[in-house]
Amino acid sequence: MKLWNRLMCTCRRRSPWLFHMNSGSCNGCDIELVAAITPRYDAEQLGVRLEGSPRHADILCITGPVTRNAAGAIETVYGQVPGPKAVVAIGSCPATTNVFIDSRTLDGPLEKHVPVDVFVPGCPPRPDAIIQGIAKAATILAERAAKSAPATEAPAAEVQP
Amino acid sequence: MNLVTALARLLIFPGLLFAVPAAWFFLWVERKSVALMQGRIGPPFMQPFYDFIKLLGKDTPPRPGIAGGLMRLWPLLAVSSAAGAVALLPVLPSYGGFPGDLILLLGLLEMPSMCIIAAGFSSRSIFSEIGSAREAVLSVSYNIVFLLAILSIAASQHTFRLDAIAHLPASPLLGLGIVALVVCLPAKLHLNPFSLPNAEQEIYSGPMIEYAGPELAMWELTHGLEWVAATGLVATLAAPHLTIWWLAAVLFVALSCAIVLLLSTLAAATARIAIDTTVRFYWQCTLIFAVLVLSSAIFVRFRS
Repeated sequence: MKLWNRLMCTCRRRSPWLFHMNSGSCNGCDIELVAAITPRYDAEQLGVRLEGSPRHADILCITGPVTRNAAGAIETVYGQVPGPKAVVAIGSCPATTNVFIDSRTLDGPLEKHVPVDVFVPGCPPRPDAIIQGIAKAATILAERAAKSAPATEAPAAEVQP
Repeated sequence: MNLVTALARLLIFPGLLFAVPAAWFFLWVERKSVALMQGRIGPPFMQPFYDFIKLLGKDTPPRPGIAGGLMRLWPLLAVSSAAGAVALLPVLPSYGGFPGDLILLLGLLEMPSMCIIAAGFSSRSIFSEIGSAREAVLSVSYNIVFLLAILSIAASQHTFRLDAIAHLPASPLLGLGIVALVVCLPAKLHLNPFSLPNAEQEIYSGPMIEYAGPELAMWELTHGLEWVAATGLVATLAAPHLTIWWLAAVLFVALSCAIVLLLSTLAAATARIAIDTTVRFYWQCTLIFAVLVLSSAIFVRFRS
């Protein structure tokens, strides 16, 4: 049993599959996330795969300041990702709603709706910072496999820009 | 002795103990060679194994409104028939055991594709239904050439026995048949340029969209086993007849790897084409191979 748990930890750390969700982002962070899986940065070395369906994913990558329209969709998609799962907030918008703060069309920041594990600040963050954030989230997933703890307990990590 | 040999073929070589690691290896070769051709480093050697184990440890979220039993049945049916197809391959010189015949092998090879179609329609998502419809159209297109080619090879020898077909002497008919089979393989394995049913970014993951956790792991394994079975079938046809069993096994693995590399190169070099172009390609351009193989088979039969 212990051996199986250790194997599971390794496998979760080495195989993070992503689902990318835009919650009203200006597209800056989305372009950087796509850049992170292009040949120049090659995130596939870490086992990263961008999946089309949230049901296949382990890590939910959310960009944007969470508009009122997107809030419900975020909760639905978060529910569709099978556990154990992690959430990475990409860019300054989901962390603080950035320059859109106090807008009446927003329902942010992201932490109001889903528990966030890793924040990658920046406007937009560099692709290598995004990859570092994903690697950190994968480590959090592996630790969760070791402890089998619920998603909300651990405090959120932050990637230095 | 017969039962022991049959069990050994089913469980060890070319059965499960060989087929599952080979499936992971072929999946890795596919991803790695695409990465190398794009100037990347690509996934580590153990990546398909990590993916498989990770998926086994995931939950299955609730899917309201979907028949759960059916959804669970399709991946199991697909993975067991793909494993059965690999175990039937006439790799080693015959030592008895369960021989099986070509009809059974072709049936088992076709089962995963049927299961994908059924799974897409059972999951009641618009994307998976589009994917399933595409898979059905694709299957009708390439199977004409695939089945005509392999049945002509069998018919020219008056036999459906697998070991007899595996030990055919080299002839123009066999060469044409192998070319026709290789032309069909990218469509059978859903590779570029015929990756229509599971088109990423277009219809998300097609029929697999509602699958998660262990069921998705079974689909991944099915895809790998299909690689082993389909490339193995071509490899057994192309391999010369050898009586030393280990040499036959090594040659089988080497030939399969060569075909995997060929197909991955094609997949990396091409982009996905539309469904009508695909259908036209198989019905208009490759049917010539099937006609040639069929006519030469009839010629061989009349001469003998």
